[in-house]
This record gives sequence, structure tokens and C-alpha cells, in this order.
Amino acid sequence: MNTRELTCIGCPLGCSLTVSLNTDADGSVEVISVTGNTCPKGDIYARKEVTNPTRIVTSTVRVNNGTSPMVNVKTETDIPKNKIFACTNALRGIEISAPVKIGDIVLENVADTGVNVIAARNIMAK
Amino acid sequence: MVMKQYDLVIVGGGPAGLAAAVAARDKGIQDILIIERDKELGGILNQCIHNGFGLHTFKQELTGPEYASRFIEQVLERGIEYKLNTMVMDITPEKYVTAMNREDGMFQISAKAIILAMGCRERSRGALNIPGYRPAGIFSAGTAQRLVNMEGYMPGKEVVILGSGDIGLIMARRMTLEGAKVKVVAELMPYSGGLKRNIVQCLDDFDIPLKLSHTVVDIEGKNRVEAVTIAKVGPDRKPIPGTEERYTCDTLLLSCGLIPENELSKSAGIALNRVTSGPIVGDNLETNVDGIFACGNVLHVHDLVDYVSQEAATAGKNAALYILNGSAPNVKTVEIAPEGGVRYTVPKYIRPTEMDDNITVRFRVGDVYKNKAIVTYFDDELISKRKRPVMAPGEMEQVVLSKKKLAEYPNLNKITICIEDV
Repeated sequence: MNTRELTCIGCPLGCSLTVSLNTDADGSVEVISVTGNTCPKGDIYARKEVTNPTRIVTSTVRVNNGTSPMVNVKTETDIPKNKIFACTNALRGIEISAPVKIGDIVLENVADTGVNVIAARNIMAK
Repeated sequence: MVMKQYDLVIVGGGPAGLAAAVAARDKGIQDILIIERDKELGGILNQCIHNGFGLHTFKQELTGPEYASRFIEQVLERGIEYKLNTMVMDITPEKYVTAMNREDGMFQISAKAIILAMGCRERSRGALNIPGYRPAGIFSAGTAQRLVNMEGYMPGKEVVILGSGDIGLIMARRMTLEGAKVKVVAELMPYSGGLKRNIVQCLDDFDIPLKLSHTVVDIEGKNRVEAVTIAKVGPDRKPIPGTEERYTCDTLLLSCGLIPENELSKSAGIALNRVTSGPIVGDNLETNVDGIFACGNVLHVHDLVDYVSQEAATAGKNAALYILNGSAPNVKTVEIAPEGGVRYTVPKYIRPTEMDDNITVRFRVGDVYKNKAIVTYFDDELISKRKRPVMAPGEMEQVVLSKKKLAEYPNLNKITICIEDV
């Protein structure tokens, strides 16, 4: 058995979590206990962070003919942490045309995650 | 000069100004004008493209522009008037607002009430006394954020960041995702000025080192930054000779604190708190000048926009009540004294007979405290003691005071909020 120290990112409180876990020979992780959390979110976060860490990724893409040259975008849900760079690299070079509405799909199934990248800002046409 | 009349003028169209306007309208004030110097509403949220806004208000993790758009929509639905690209030049104690823009030229407004919602600005290199040359490639973190996220320009490829404020941490990640190499984040203090979640998600995720108790001692390069030298500092925050480390880089970002932008407040004769650099206000967020209110980062720098929106709604509601009813004459006030580790409180005083049923007093602590308690005294009597596992200067704390409880102490002179052992 070994332990991992984590800082919960579920809210600004940032609880210090201690996760006790067993790692099998094949690399699979079994969580034995989570301590230090002040709410159930901390428990969920810790279990996920040691077995399958994920993040929402935000970035920007260029807008043609819009009132702003850039629109910010985000993954619709969180994606595996090790796909973050694949996601931002896939977004590089993408250009879309105004008008853009919050929720418009900018890129489907980014980096084979099954998650769409959507616009997170309204941009009017010039 | 043209003179216009408005019931309520709100200076600033960022999160504070927008929430204040909505709250004032919902209390029955029809005649409202928001004045914004940028080309759009939303303020600094427009360049904050990371997620995590609105956890408290909307129970969702929104990006900055999404959070702003929720409030912009509320302003538009209510038909609240606003002027963009408009700069307020002066405010007088008589509540005359002088402003200018390209269409109207210079004009004056006579307002019944004013809400200050101008936000804050970043501490600049000039205010930091960093030695070395003055080449291109030195940016405040917020300037870099605007360049990358709104204008679409990368300020550099190899980056050193001084200061671990939230914007610096966020930009460490953002520059990394856009292909830059962030070599180190140096922080003068022995603790980070940013939120924990940002240290985890912006630095740890990308193996960017955070060097606490370090500062920049030299900047090299005549035309463009070529290298930055950092050194460890002692308890006196002075560099320790022999600890210098040189990083080759083309860019230095500064994230060394935010300062409420109160030049207009000063010209209006508003008294400022020396700790926050923001106006001194009571429980209704009114300044010492009758009918001028303040909220958001111009009042004190917040970590969470959710709290800005809440505070601004309080200012908007109270400005509306002032316009409708005037101010209550000769009301008793009780001072809130920050002591023992509490650096300041907002509000600075309360009016026990006039206050809302519950008032949230927000403050920051002066150091990192573990397993201590936030304690409230009414004069010498202990009223509440709340244990906190961790407190840090980068994370705002709060105490809620109830009108009902205060009514039990009619002769109260002073409320003390302090940090004590458990």
C-alpha cells in the first residue's frame, strides 16, 4: 500500500487530501481510502485523480469577419489529462466565421475523446 | 458643456457594474446609466477564458466570457442604458460625473447616486523596483492574457514569471498550452498569492516549478529580454548573495498584485482604506460621500467573481434605496476592528438598526495559518469561534453578522474580528 497527497480542486477551499491505494502489477489502481476532504466532492475527485484524471480544456480559435479576432472555446465536458496537448494542438489553425454563439460546435470529437469543443463566447459579425 | 440627468450612474461595465445595475433596476430604479471605457461590456472577464467561474452562483464551471454573458443578458433584458468607449474623467462630491467619448465629446451628468465599479489594475514593473535593463518582452500577466486570448498574439516563447498571483498561474498554463516553455514561477513571499486549485491545475499539471521566497535580481538584454536572474530571499525579503540562478528567456511576466483603481474616488473626496487601497464603506457599501457606493475590485481585490456579483448586488440594492428614500439621518454606527492576523474588513462599520438581516463581512489574513479559528467579539464578549484548517492571504475569508444578534447589544461600541488558537 502507498499514499498520494493531492489538493482538491472541487472548490476554492482546496482541501489537502491523502489517498491510500494499492497499485497492481498491471498498473491498475485500487483506492483504499480518502481522508482530509470536507465534502463528498473531495472523495470523488481523489478517486478519479489517481485512477483517471480529467480536465476541462479551454483555448481560443481565430474568427473571420467578427467583431473580435478570437473566440474562446472549451471542451464540452472534461477529457483525460493526458489528452490536453492533443486537444490544444488539434485546435491550432482552426478558423471559424462570425457570428458565433455560445455552445456552437467548433470541433467534433477532439483528439478521439468523444468530446466536442464548443464556443464559450458570443461574437457578432462585423 | 451638455448636462444630463440620471438617477444612478455606474462607473464600470465589468462584473461588479453589471450586477449592481441589475439589482438597482429590480429595486425599481428606471433611470440607470452604465459607463464603460472598453468597446464591450464584461470587463476583465472577457480575457479570462479559463473555466471555474460561477461555481457558487450558477453551480456550473463557466469560462469568464460565459459568466459575463449571463449578466450582460440580464442588463439587456431589462433595457438598462450603457455607453461604451466612454471614459469618466472626474466625479465630484456633489455627484457630477464628467465623461467623454468620440460621439458625445465631453459631457456632464448629474446623478442622484453613483456606484463605483472601476475594478483594479496590476502592479507594474516601475512599482516593483526590479534592477536590470528595460528591454521589450516584459509584460504584466494580464496584458499577456489579453494579447493571447483576445488579440491572438503570443508575447514570447521562453517565459519566466515573477509573482504567483492567480493571473500569473493561469498564464503559465495558457502560454504552455500555446507552445511556449515556462521555465519557472518565482514568488517573493514564502507562500503563493494564488488559489490552490490554480497551483495544482496550472503549475503541477505541467511540471512548472514554483520557487517560493525568490525574486528577480537582474534582467538582461538591450532590445529584447535575453535572460532573467532570480535569487533566494531571506526573511527580510532581501536577495541572498550566492543563490542566483540565471534563466535564458525572451519574456518576463509580472503577476505581483492588484491595486484598486481609485483615482476617481479620490477626486470625489472619498476616504480610502490604507490596507485595501479601496474606499471605506459601511454595511450598505456607501462611502463617506453621501450617495456614492462602491463594489467589486475597486473596493477590495477579490479572488472569486461570484463574491463580486453578490457584493455588487448589495451595492445596487442600497443605491436604489438611497435614491427612493434618501439616507437615514443620525444612525448609530459600530466599527469593525480587524486584529490579530486579520488585515482589514469590508465593510469597515455597520449600522445595527439599518442593516440587512445578515451582513457578510469579508477580509484577508496577513499570513498562512493552520488550525486556527476566526473569532468575533462584541466589545469584550466572545460571540463566535469558527475553526479553519488552513487560512492564507490569497484566499478571502468571511464572517456573517446577524441583525438579530446585534439587537441584543444596544450599547455595543466595537466588533472585533481576529485569528486565535483553537
